[in-house]
Amino acid sequence: MNKLLLNRNQTQRLGFALLTVMAAITVLPIILVVFYVISQGGAAISWEFLSGFPRDGMRQGGILPALVGTLALTVGTAIFSVPLGVAAAVYLAEYAPENGLTRLIRIAIINLAGIPSVVYGLFGLGLFVLFLKFGTSILSASLTLSIMTLPVIISTAEEALRAVPQAFRTVSISLGATRWQTIRRIVLPEALPGILTGIILGLERAAGETAPILFTGAAFFLPRLPNSPFDATMALPYHLFVISTQVPEMPFQIQYGTALVLIVFVLGMNLIATIIRSQARARRQW
Amino acid sequence: MQSKLSWQEFIITRAIKASGYSAIVFVALIFYFLLREGLPTLGEVPLGDLFAARWYPIESYFGILPLLSGSLLVTVGATLVAVPFGLGTAIFIAEIAPRWAREILKPLVELLGGLPSVVLGFLGILALAPNLRVFLNLPTGLTALTGSLLLGGIAVPTVVSVAEDALDSVPRAYREGAWALGATRWQTIWRVTLPAARSGVLTGIMLGVGRAIGETMTVMMVTGNAPVLATGLGAFFSPVRTMTATIAAEMGEVANGSVHYHTLFFIGMVLFLISLAVNVTASAMVFRSQKRAERVLS
Repeated sequence: MNKLLLNRNQTQRLGFALLTVMAAITVLPIILVVFYVISQGGAAISWEFLSGFPRDGMRQGGILPALVGTLALTVGTAIFSVPLGVAAAVYLAEYAPENGLTRLIRIAIINLAGIPSVVYGLFGLGLFVLFLKFGTSILSASLTLSIMTLPVIISTAEEALRAVPQAFRTVSISLGATRWQTIRRIVLPEALPGILTGIILGLERAAGETAPILFTGAAFFLPRLPNSPFDATMALPYHLFVISTQVPEMPFQIQYGTALVLIVFVLGMNLIATIIRSQARARRQW
Repeated sequence: MQSKLSWQEFIITRAIKASGYSAIVFVALIFYFLLREGLPTLGEVPLGDLFAARWYPIESYFGILPLLSGSLLVTVGATLVAVPFGLGTAIFIAEIAPRWAREILKPLVELLGGLPSVVLGFLGILALAPNLRVFLNLPTGLTALTGSLLLGGIAVPTVVSVAEDALDSVPRAYREGAWALGATRWQTIWRVTLPAARSGVLTGIMLGVGRAIGETMTVMMVTGNAPVLATGLGAFFSPVRTMTATIAAEMGEVANGSVHYHTLFFIGMVLFLISLAVNVTASAMVFRSQKRAERVLS
């Protein structure tokens, strides 16, 4: 097939080598990045850094308000997106008929997943901050983030529900249980690890996002912790943006330290999700 | 007891059904609010001025062409990075890699997908941009090229995971048939497996490109934020500004209801329509290929 210098076995060897190199080039920077941030930021991490307020125009001190803010936003996002997302997944997996409307729902979910994060920010500003008059607040930002998180939760939870064998439902119904009882007592508990994985992956995305909270709830600097859902808040990703672009003569160590805390926060959630998934897989008997 | 139960069940079933429709409601709401705040632009800024080459809102120049060209440039650059590397990695993982390498590579690529974009922007500023500046001898390291490289990295995980799924779902019998006819593994990949997985691979590429167009924080931080109309390939080595970065950078400072405010929403509307087009096309491809698969199997 190859009329040039190479026979087809040599072509294969060359091709495989090329693909191996490409995969290596793709993956090596990831490892490099993580180790670089750990080595540069590790020195900044101390109890004071985690539990102190920023001082001297954020050039000194800690990141407590940003850390607490990100926690608050993550919890707020969970409050709205988890019940709604899981219910939507139950509908799609257990109730939805195969018709045009269901297809429309699926297309809407795919679209929600693809809408740029900054457009979510605009939408949150238009609906929650201005129209519903929630102001620049944890509430507005959490609502915005939860709509953004919804497609991740719905699609992973639906997959987990569909993986529960049909026989479980048949047996439960044949024993006299209603459809909802079957879902509540049999299907949901069996699918729980998969649903939890989806929830954590969705919240992980929310915790790391900056653009949707820029005009809905993020504060440049606050000298205190937020004390109601109607307060604006500092947040780790926005704080990292601020100290790496808006503050002149910012010490590198604090920047890398903040980046490290953010990475640990987000990837820690990822790790938990992975552990839940693999444990459930090992324990599953069907 | 029985009647109370069925009453409860009735309510719960209704609530679940309503949640099921929520995705449609949210897409409609998002579109409605973008239209509501963005469409007034068309009455306030003449079309000729809107599609002009100068974006300088302080003096009421609202030409969005520089922003469109900035987004286009950075996205094309990101695609040139993400397609070969994403596809190469997907083929390597699905077809060539031994099991242990696969177990390492897949989580690593997922890890890249999980990194917040603001972290990549931060590293772009501190690590990538200074090196590019010295290496290419440029006046600044914050250029369209820097943005393209990082955005490519952001799009790679999407391309890899969707394309790898598609390659994985090609029936093993296809490959065995090709090998039995004497094809090498390399020939089988290019002539059999990849064409069979074509629609899934294309979907992955489209979704990856969609992510690149919509990415905000990374491009805002590393592309230098100069709304200049790109006129050639040289623009890769100079600062640009994308549509997403413009919204993110300016929305915090505008007065609600001003022309500038409406124009930023108008840009958001354009972004929404682009992502809608990308995603509807991508999902239509998936539906079509599913139907074809059903025909083949039955």
